[in-house]
This record gives sequence, C-alpha cells and structure tokens, in this order.
Amino acid sequence: MIRTLTSRFLGYAILIFFALVFLYPFVIQIANSFKSEADAADNPLSPIPSPIETDSLVRIFEGTGFPTWLGNSVLVSVVVTLGRVAFASMAGYALSRLRFRGRTFLFGGLLAMMAVPPVVLLIPKFLVLNQLGMYNSYAGLIVPLLVDATGVFVMKQFFDSVPVSVEEAARIDGAGSFRMFWSVVLPMARPALITLTILMFTGSWNEFPHTLVSVQDPGLFTLPRGLADLVSGSLGAGTQYPLKLGAALLATIPVAVIFVIFQRYFVRDAAAGADKG
Amino acid sequence: MKGIRGNEQPAGWLFVAPAVLILGLFMLLPILMALWVSLTRWNGQGSPFTGDVPFAGLDNYTRLFTDEGLTRQDFMTSIRNNAYYVFFVVPIQTVLALGLALIVNNRLLKGKGFFRTAFYFPSVTSSVAISVVFLFMFANGGAINAILSVFGIQGPQWFSDPRGLLHLLFEKLGVSPFLTDSGVFGLSWWDWLSGPSVAMCAIISLVVWTTSGTFMVMFLAALQNVPVQLEEAGMIDGANRWQRLRHIILPQLRPTLFLVITLGLIGTWQVFDQIYVMSQGNPAKTTLTPAFLSYRTAFRDFDYGSGAAISFVLFLIIVVLTLIQRRVTRERD
Repeated sequence: MIRTLTSRFLGYAILIFFALVFLYPFVIQIANSFKSEADAADNPLSPIPSPIETDSLVRIFEGTGFPTWLGNSVLVSVVVTLGRVAFASMAGYALSRLRFRGRTFLFGGLLAMMAVPPVVLLIPKFLVLNQLGMYNSYAGLIVPLLVDATGVFVMKQFFDSVPVSVEEAARIDGAGSFRMFWSVVLPMARPALITLTILMFTGSWNEFPHTLVSVQDPGLFTLPRGLADLVSGSLGAGTQYPLKLGAALLATIPVAVIFVIFQRYFVRDAAAGADKG
Repeated sequence: MKGIRGNEQPAGWLFVAPAVLILGLFMLLPILMALWVSLTRWNGQGSPFTGDVPFAGLDNYTRLFTDEGLTRQDFMTSIRNNAYYVFFVVPIQTVLALGLALIVNNRLLKGKGFFRTAFYFPSVTSSVAISVVFLFMFANGGAINAILSVFGIQGPQWFSDPRGLLHLLFEKLGVSPFLTDSGVFGLSWWDWLSGPSVAMCAIISLVVWTTSGTFMVMFLAALQNVPVQLEEAGMIDGANRWQRLRHIILPQLRPTLFLVITLGLIGTWQVFDQIYVMSQGNPAKTTLTPAFLSYRTAFRDFDYGSGAAISFVLFLIIVVLTLIQRRVTRERD
C-alpha cells in the first residue's frame, strides 16, 4: 500500500516537472511579449509583466511587415492545403482502387520520393524555379508544395483499409469512376480527409526552408520567413525580444487553436506512425 | 479487366496526373538538375544548362574529401558537429520519450490526457517561432542562466561559446590538448574529439524538447497494445518492476523503438531551421551542419556546384544510415 502511494506520488512529481519543462517556455513567451524591453531583460523568468506593455504588439503591426506576412501565410496555407488534400485523395484512390498500367511502378516511385529528405532539395528546388521563371513569385511559393508524397501514401493506405462493397454496389448502378469518387468514395473518406487537412495545414503554415529558396522579396514572405528575418537583425537597434516573442506568439496561435480543437486527430496520426513499424 | 469494372486506364491516369506532374516537376527533375549542377562551377549567373558554364567533373566532390583546403575543412567540421548532435539528440529523445510514455501509461495515475497534450504540443508549433523563444531563454541574462544561478552555477554565454563539451571535460581532468599535429580529413584528432560546442548544446536541448512529445505518443500507442495479461503473468511469477520492463514490455516495444530511432537518425541529419534562426553555423563554425553548409555555400558564396555536391553527400549519409539500421535490426530478429 505504501509502495503504491510512494510510486504514485513519484509518478505525479515527474509528470508535473516535465509538464512545466514543456509548457513553461510558452508561459515565458506570452509574458515577455507584454513586457517592456528592460523588464524582459531583467526578469526573463517572471510570468507576470510589470508593467503590462502593449507597445511591442502595436509595433509588430505598425513597424514590421507582419500584416503582409500574415496575409501571405493565410493565402499560401489555404491554397496548399486544398491542393494537397484534393490531389492526395485522387492519387491515393487511383493507386489503391483503379487498375491501370504503371500503377505498381508509380507506387514504387512514391515510396522512393517519401525517402528523399526535404533539406537536400533546397538547391534543386531553387534551380527548377529559376529555370521555369517562377523564382520570387506566388507561383514559386505555392505550386511546388501542392502535392505531398506522404499525403498520397496516407490516403492510399486509408482506401486500402476500406471494404470495396459500397463501391461495387454503386458500380452496378452504372456510376463512372469520377462520379463514384465524388459522391461515394469522398463522403466515406471524411475522417481521413479531416486528418489530412489538419496535418497539411499545420505543415504548410510552419513551412520555412521552401520560402528561403523560392522568394526573396519581403512582400512575398510568409510568417516563418518574416520571423527569421526579424531575428537576423532587420529590426535595427537593440535585441527587441518582446517584439520578436510577440510576433512568434501570434504566428503560433492558429496552429495552437487547431491543435486544441482537433487534438485527437494529431494523436491518431502519430499513433498510426507507430503501427507502421 | 473489362466487364463490370469497365476500362479504368484513362481514369487511373487522370487521377494520378496532378500528383505525378508536380512531384515529377518539383522533385524528380530538380534532383537531376542538381546532379548536373554538382558537376559544374555554376555561380548563379544565367542558366546552368548552357555550354558557357565550366564543367568541373567530380572536382566538387573530391574537394570535400581529398583536396586539402577550406572547403574540406568546413565540410568535415560540419560532419563532426552533426555527428555529435545526432549522438546526443537521438538517445536522449528516445529515452525521454519512452520514460514519459511509461509513466503517462501508468494505470494508477489520472490526467493522462492533459499530460499527453502538454508533452506533445511543442512538436506541432513552428520550428522558427520556437527557435525565437529558445534564443530568448538562452540569451546571456536569460531564463536558463537565471535558473542555473539559483543553483549557484554561472551559466555560459550560450550562443557565443564555441568550446566543445569533451574539450571542457579534458580541461577539468587536467588533460592538456593532445594529438593536435596529426589527424584525418583536414581536422586534427583533437578537433575531432571536441564534442558538441556549448552553443550546439542549446540547439540540442531545443530539438530534444520539441521532438520527444511526438515519439512519446508513438510509444504510448504501442504500450496500449501490450496485453495486460502479459504483465500480470509476470507479476504472478514474481518479476519485479524492472524485470517486467526489461523482459516483458521492452521486447513488445521493439518495432516502435526501431521506428523511433530510425526516424530520429533520419531527422537529426537534416537539422536546418534551428541552425538558420539561432546560430547560422556560429560561433567559430561549431554549429555548422551539412544541411546549413550546403545552403550557405550555394546561396551566400554562390558556389552552387559545391553546395549541390554537399547535398548529395548528405543524401547518401541519410540513405546509408537507414539501410544499416534496418539490416542490424533484421539480423537480431
């Protein structure tokens, strides 16, 4: 009995310690966004700003390119997410269900592409954008991200796990491939589509390296690129940590909200990763 | 093939067309283009695919390995830095993730959902945004040093401290620098034995902090598939907690453990965002990694051929590591 109590107490102590380790940096971030620069420098650990200042937050909107970056981020993420979900479900469905020549070959190619580490694509992507005249444009920022190999794979796996009986009934009714995909298959795939949408949105919202090699005009920056630019000294004098932390905070909020609302989908995805092993 | 299913050939190709087109155009084609560029001395002016660009053959590759010079020294330094980074990040994040999963999974404890969320949240946030936060925490008068000073430790100036951890250890033990005259690949043995720099340690802690949660969720999912009866049988046989973990639970987790370590190895050789935001390879090149070096060589020094060559070597490292690891686990089965 005593052993159970001690181990329970110890368990909670460890969990609470690590909860602090994992969450307190966000507390620091929020608190310091509302501090004066001097206060942030003197009391970086304190969770309470004294006095509360909103100067930095105002300057984020008035003194930096933040509004532009925010607009670009919304545009890019929405278009990229729509494209990824649409193209991944189409390709995933075809690879799982439709019989056509070259299917096995394409699936092999897809697996190979999933193994290509994104960072080694930095120079290659720049070369192709440069060659096609898409460098430094919205097209260059968006089009290369429109298809995600992993997304196609996830959708193929999903369709593999769904019994074909429903489709067969529709097929007897004489539905063509496209009509069947649209009115029978997609409604059935809703849970997978929601998961994919969330993952692709957070992925494109947080995307950084691609913006480095596709655009250089500050008017085309997304939030991660803009933030990186703030940090590397485009602000001028001083460290201006409250401003930087505030901008990083604002950039994190959309993903945080989505995470809290759709948490189970995130967890399910990571768990699916475990099953693959 | 005909009959009720009809002819699916056109529909099939139509459905995969967008994916094939974009992946082909922005993944396959670029890789081939970069392979060509890695054989040239293209400096970013005009198109690399004309006769005007000087052909270099394998020079860009040999400069990384056999030719004495700054290129090789920088490349080998980046390999060393990244190797130490991998050596620290992968074991720490794996053990931490497993440990947290075991505790969160404990049936006697409540609040599983909250703790799982808390540990997992950092991994969904933007790497750039979170790097900004850690830059502030590791600043000279920042939160980390404030905590250290509570314990009477004077924290270092994290991002301007190039001293290696092993070098510091040698210094503490009173060992003076040795093997400084001989070495391989343009670095002396002493330089190879530096350990991660103090600045790199800050980046290591950030990465462990962000990725442990993801891996913890994977372990949790696997733990939930371990039959309760197995553990109970162990208890009846008188196995203590450690024995049950070692002989009953861990063997069940092997596939997941393999996956976590492989994903860790693959991910850690790709570290880029954090380096770009927090240190740009400084101080004294001790946080330079192959991924960042390849970017810097191409886009700052306008030596695209050399940059692309570094990318392909990195590509190879990642592929080889994955293959070795797969083979090792397969043999043990």
